Amino acid sequence: MKFGVITFPGSNCDRDVVYVTRDILQRPTQRIWHEDSDLGDVDVVVIPGGFSYGDYLRCGAVAQFSPAMRSAVDFANKGGLVMGICNGFQILTEVGLLPGALVRNRDMRFICDRTPLTVERTDLTWTSNYTQGQVVTIPIAHGEGCYYADADTLKSLEDNQQIVFRYSSADGVVDDSNNPNGSLNNIAGICNQQGNVLGMMPHPERAADSRLGGTDGLGLFESVLQAALSIA
Amino acid sequence: MAQTYQAQVYVTLRPSVLDPAGTAVRSGLEHMGYDNVDKVRIGKYIEVSLTAESEEAANEQLDRMCDQLLANPVIENYRIELQAMATA
Repeated sequence: MKFGVITFPGSNCDRDVVYVTRDILQRPTQRIWHEDSDLGDVDVVVIPGGFSYGDYLRCGAVAQFSPAMRSAVDFANKGGLVMGICNGFQILTEVGLLPGALVRNRDMRFICDRTPLTVERTDLTWTSNYTQGQVVTIPIAHGEGCYYADADTLKSLEDNQQIVFRYSSADGVVDDSNNPNGSLNNIAGICNQQGNVLGMMPHPERAADSRLGGTDGLGLFESVLQAALSIA
Repeated sequence: MAQTYQAQVYVTLRPSVLDPAGTAVRSGLEHMGYDNVDKVRIGKYIEVSLTAESEEAANEQLDRMCDQLLANPVIENYRIELQAMATA
């Protein structure tokens, strides 16, 4: 299982992801420059957090047209595993691989915090190492992380069980008081209908090394590895 | 013959999308004493200069630019104004 991590001008979490996949998990990891349309032989494409192209115009708006992103879209449409974290999630909505949009946080503040999330689905390649309803604590760091979609889209997300993570209390209560940014239905992460594309605002790569305060995010990367092993 | 056009593109948030920045500005105005302001919504204004074969062609291109990049149809509406510039 080989990981690929795209770097845009302004990405700042790319090396954190590489640290997890290459150094902690000891898996081959290829860094992909945004101008590179060749993704090589990677099995998973990670679109990292940061401020691609300075977040000019809208977060993720310009990155969607880069050669590496165009290749990532083809890769995803053929069933390839693509994960977007934070700015990567914003890019995935801009490029249309995931529905909805991420807009300015409800309370206008950039939020940098650790937040509990409830895992809503464990039948995905991304989450098989978690248990249904498990609460994991994962850092968030964003100014535009408020998930928005129109009523029909939101309903179809719920009907198709595409909501993977929701902001919650530490004991799993999902309500307004446990919603840091105003996201509709407390959405922190969603997948596409097929489940091969995942987008999430929280940063699992920042919760993968016990020396940095928690390892709840490592389960996500380990889930992907386990899925690969069970196929092989 | 190709003609130069100047376009003004107004991008606004769809009414259903909350605008916390607009709300903050409204509250600022209230602090200044403007207690008669009900609502502030913040959008974007983009100027685009382009050459095109005709006004229709220019409008068509601008529509595509807006749908693909300048606006995000999920959260925003846009309006285009277009003027032909005098040729030198």
